[in-house]
Amino acid sequence: MQIVTALFFYLFASITVAAGFMVIASRNPVHSVLFLILAFVNSAGLFILLGAEFLAMILIVVYVGAVAVLFLFVVMMLDVDFAELRAGFLRYLPVGALIGVILLIELVLVVGSWTITADVSARATAPVPPLANVTNTEALGRILYTKYVYFFEAAGMILLVAMIGAIVLTLHHKEGVKRQSIPRQVGRRREDGVEIKQVETGKGI
Amino acid sequence: MNELLGAYFPVIIFIAVALVIGLALMIAPFVVAVSRPDPEKLSAYECGFKAFDDARMKFDVRFYLVALLFIIFDLEVAFLFPWAVAFKEAGVFGFWSVMVFLAILTIGFIYEWRKGALEWD
Repeated sequence: MQIVTALFFYLFASITVAAGFMVIASRNPVHSVLFLILAFVNSAGLFILLGAEFLAMILIVVYVGAVAVLFLFVVMMLDVDFAELRAGFLRYLPVGALIGVILLIELVLVVGSWTITADVSARATAPVPPLANVTNTEALGRILYTKYVYFFEAAGMILLVAMIGAIVLTLHHKEGVKRQSIPRQVGRRREDGVEIKQVETGKGI
Repeated sequence: MNELLGAYFPVIIFIAVALVIGLALMIAPFVVAVSRPDPEKLSAYECGFKAFDDARMKFDVRFYLVALLFIIFDLEVAFLFPWAVAFKEAGVFGFWSVMVFLAILTIGFIYEWRKGALEWD
């Protein structure tokens, strides 16, 4: 059993790393999105090996679903014309390299000054109930809504901001489109639409 | 721990079977089927006309809006699963904290409804 677990760990881990490499290495942006999906699915396998079932399922449902959005974003934003996409490569190389170096320096500074607290093992293991009598999802539910309530509500606020931001940025109705208005349809009475006129013979209206 | 992983054994079998069937169906045509390649077979069928346009065109931005709104409510539902499982342990406080969470997102839902973001014109 131990060996099988180890084998699956190396399978998932190697595929994740390889797919992650292909995300940045593949020339077609749509292909790199597909490799991203592969990386997510394999990380979900790694989560299951850790015993974190709920996170694995959320990774599949939310991240792979979100990647579908990213996919759409790629197709929508980039006019998927690859020859044109690579045309300015050399011209933009210095600026891109500069930003990359700045980012690298920042990362090195952050990681270099990072210290781990001494009681990390106590903090990491204490609140987790044994997996045999409490499932992973239940263990999350016991603390998420009570102990971490501020983070939970903050997540709700972030989702609200994302929703409103998406609407503000992308929604613009076309002018002059005729929409169905059900209240107006229902509220229409006979007198509004029908008019009876007495027409005398031989005269017309 | 081992019981948990054992519960996933059928999933592994399922994936393996799916992989075998999928690969077999993809490889078998190379071996069995007759191959007479012709450029006309690959071109788009346009009722005798030449193909007008490339299929890889830009999409309307509204598809993105619909997908993003879907993801947000997807996440909202994902937050409800642990609540449903540990409803008793979360208690009254947990109940109301989830209600506040739902209320925050309902504000967004009302906003998008009133704004007409769910309509396609």
